[in-house]
Amino acid sequence: MANALSRALDSDLWYSFSRSPVTVVSAVVALVCIMGAVLAPWIAPHNPFDLASLNLMDAFNPPAWTEEGNASFLLGTDDQGRDVLSAIMYGARVSLIVGLSAVVFSTVVGVGLGLLAGYLGGTVDAVLMRVADIQLTFPSILVALLIDGIVRAALPPEAHEAIALYVVVFAIGVSNWPQFARTVRGSTLVERNKEYVLAARVIGLSKLRIMLTHVLPNVLGPVLVIATLNLGFAILAEATLSFLGVGVPPTQPSLGTLIRIGNDFLFSGEWWITLFPGIALVALVLSVNLLGDWLRDALNPRLR
Amino acid sequence: MPAFILSRLLQAIPVLLVVALISFAMFAYVGDPVAIMLGQDFTEAQRQALVASLGLDQPFFVQFFKFVVNAAQGEFGLSYRLSRPVAELIAERAPATLELAFVAAAIAMLVGVPMGVYTGLYRNSWLSRFFLTFSLIGVSLPTFLIGILLILVFSVLLGWLPSYGRGEVVQLGWWSTGLLTADGWRALILPAITLGLFQLTLIMRLVRAEMLEVLRTDYIKFARARGLPDRSVHFGHALKNTLVPVITIAGLQLGSIIAFAIVTETVFQWPGMGLLFIQSVGSADIPVMAAYLMLTALIFVVINLVVDILYYIVDPRLRAGRGGH
Amino acid sequence: MNPVPAAAAAPLLEVRNLRVEFPTRRGTLTALDDVSFSIRAGEVLGVVGESGAGKSMTGAAIIGLLEPPGRIARGEILLDGQRIDNLPREKMRRIRGKQIGAIFQDPLTTLNPLYTVGRQLQETILTHLPMTPAQARARAIHWLEEVGIPGAAQRIDSYPHEFSGGMRQRVVIALALCAEPRLVVADEPTTALDVSIQAQIIALLKRLTRDHGTAVMLVTHDMGVIAETADRVAVMYAGRVAEIGPVREVVKAPNHPYSAGLMASIPPLDRKVEHLAQIDGAMPRLTAIPRGCAYNPRCPHVFDRCRVERPDLLDAGTTRAACWLHDPASEKRAAHV
Repeated sequence: MANALSRALDSDLWYSFSRSPVTVVSAVVALVCIMGAVLAPWIAPHNPFDLASLNLMDAFNPPAWTEEGNASFLLGTDDQGRDVLSAIMYGARVSLIVGLSAVVFSTVVGVGLGLLAGYLGGTVDAVLMRVADIQLTFPSILVALLIDGIVRAALPPEAHEAIALYVVVFAIGVSNWPQFARTVRGSTLVERNKEYVLAARVIGLSKLRIMLTHVLPNVLGPVLVIATLNLGFAILAEATLSFLGVGVPPTQPSLGTLIRIGNDFLFSGEWWITLFPGIALVALVLSVNLLGDWLRDALNPRLR
Repeated sequence: MPAFILSRLLQAIPVLLVVALISFAMFAYVGDPVAIMLGQDFTEAQRQALVASLGLDQPFFVQFFKFVVNAAQGEFGLSYRLSRPVAELIAERAPATLELAFVAAAIAMLVGVPMGVYTGLYRNSWLSRFFLTFSLIGVSLPTFLIGILLILVFSVLLGWLPSYGRGEVVQLGWWSTGLLTADGWRALILPAITLGLFQLTLIMRLVRAEMLEVLRTDYIKFARARGLPDRSVHFGHALKNTLVPVITIAGLQLGSIIAFAIVTETVFQWPGMGLLFIQSVGSADIPVMAAYLMLTALIFVVINLVVDILYYIVDPRLRAGRGGH
Repeated sequence: MNPVPAAAAAPLLEVRNLRVEFPTRRGTLTALDDVSFSIRAGEVLGVVGESGAGKSMTGAAIIGLLEPPGRIARGEILLDGQRIDNLPREKMRRIRGKQIGAIFQDPLTTLNPLYTVGRQLQETILTHLPMTPAQARARAIHWLEEVGIPGAAQRIDSYPHEFSGGMRQRVVIALALCAEPRLVVADEPTTALDVSIQAQIIALLKRLTRDHGTAVMLVTHDMGVIAETADRVAVMYAGRVAEIGPVREVVKAPNHPYSAGLMASIPPLDRKVEHLAQIDGAMPRLTAIPRGCAYNPRCPHVFDRCRVERPDLLDAGTTRAACWLHDPASEKRAAHV
């Protein structure tokens, strides 16, 4: 264990990490955001979903440091009297869950199909890549919107409400698989003809086994980079859908939902209801993107 | 050249057919258009008549064929929500979106390319670092938040620019334009910046990356070894080689401006196709969604074609490759 | 100082104690150390050595195009007695192409694919010579003829990809010579070409530079090319010059054990041999150059001093060699190596 740790500290990855102040700061910011979201039920000052504790008398409190601020609501309250800070922490939870699930979904689908296309070649490859090409022609936000719209039209409103969260995950996940599939396919084509894979074939290992035990580990590096960069994108996509009012249901507000709600009060001067969730969203996405950028450069110095 | 364009056109047809199939499937199988169109009270005879008049009793391929023929003529039926012909709705909204997208794309290209070239050439200058940081923030800021922030600053706090609508428009035949009045331009500034900013940062980062790649090539080193002035090495040799991939990706990005217009139009209540589409998604208005999908597909196909032709003009290797060598 | 054998005219190019360093995250690498040599007008200097010995980098330093973060840390480069290693960017640019031409290794990547060869020739000529575009075009056609492109007047408007590899290297040579520089740095000009074409290109280069009185620094790892083309040769090892002298002497009677090893590894044309000699071990990496003489771990004649002190170029009769065997003060001396 101590050995593994010292080896990790000596690695090039750690070196480039510790040498880049921006990356270290991003890691800290990302960690704070994630911890705040994960631990929200225990550390949030209020429970914004506990209707009993809401008091309309508390509505529209400005942030605590302003003149009319109330010390118990650090970042102020919204039109329902909900504590903005607590709402952000719970909202970040939803954003992160949706973002992570969507990335996992597109990674699994994309890597699986990419391996298949690259290893099997022929018709499978041609069909899969053609589908990926066509889908890539369209911006993923449009694909996600469309999937959401179709599900909405196909189901009665109550049924849609119940599965809305899954629909968003599916919509964002589907809109992103081609990127993974293309990268994995490319690497698989390279790996497939290497001698160790040929050797594995000669000793009679099954195709599935060769793909999983020999080819897969070699394509994980680029997949990790794409997944990190995609997490930032997925969180943004969810926020955009929710802002447009077609994302997560209003009963489980994400950061995007909070910004949309707050947007209605922008003109009447209650800027904090929309600004703070916005800052939280940007901090989360920016730090994740910076980490992804760093990871890409660190794993592939030539790309610099 | 004509053979090349023809092959590209042939490749576009399957794409359009797939999109048409998806649109048609939405029409035919999602929800019940008959029930929606009839409303609450109807007799079985009325229902039968409507089914027959819509052709819903006919085999799948006959229906699909009719759908494609109608779509090619811009005929998409009535909007469920507004009970007006879809084609009419779109024709009414299209000018607003196209003008917005055009101005946003112009901002993105005219500012993004020079910034990318600069940061590629002088990668260690403080201005480059500033541009790069700025671009990272641009990529991480969601479009709607940029819009909200711009409204907060320029409309709410400073009161300089309007926060919604197109301002005063002038009717040129069926095309309504906001580009001929000062009021129209004032209303256009914030939405266009909002829409263009993301593309701008993307184009800048792309041009920079390509520029760095090209500057490492042997022919650039050789151009320097021949004693050519920096100006000619950078803008004659390097920039032109950078343009080949930049045209491709920037072209595709321009396509996505149309899609991101949905978000911008929502923030600024800009009366374009995007706003129409998002309202349709919210109320499951399938005919409008289908028509919007087909139209965007068509726009993308046209953009791709233009990109291919530009590519062909810039790169002589392609010309020779297709020209029957 | 020992006298130069031929006429003691001032050399066209003189490199003195050149040292090139690369700062890296694990410390500074010395890529070239104490490299000195000179080239007279019209002379062909061959530079040989294994890959990584610093041949190409010496060429890059001379034309002022070292890859960053590489930099000249010490020493001077003089052209016609004027220092050029510390010139401002713009002044050095005017020297490149006009005074010093360059030929690169791979003709497939050296030409800009988006411009016709005529345009690339014309812009080079217009950059350096006071001509009208029409005159420059005529000169471009003339140079394409000079390098043996058939139908030059028509081919001038062709793009690089429309030429074969050998033809492209001819175009590169035309580009390097079209402003009539007095020195050409040719960095492995035939390595990327088919064997059948290599001899043609070398013959062309030899003829053109002789006709125009151009001096050549010919970097290669091909001893055959050197023996046939060069007047003098510099053997490089681990970033230093191991031996320098007239080509005949270095090939026939090398005075540095490394040169001797190198020459013994050339297959002779006139007789059959069972085994070609080879030098054991490998050239050290820049990160791990041994103390003393860099060649000492592989040298068959190594003695104590070699492991401690680094030898400079010493007079070795017909050539100059960086080897303690040629120091009168060395305790142990071999009659010959």
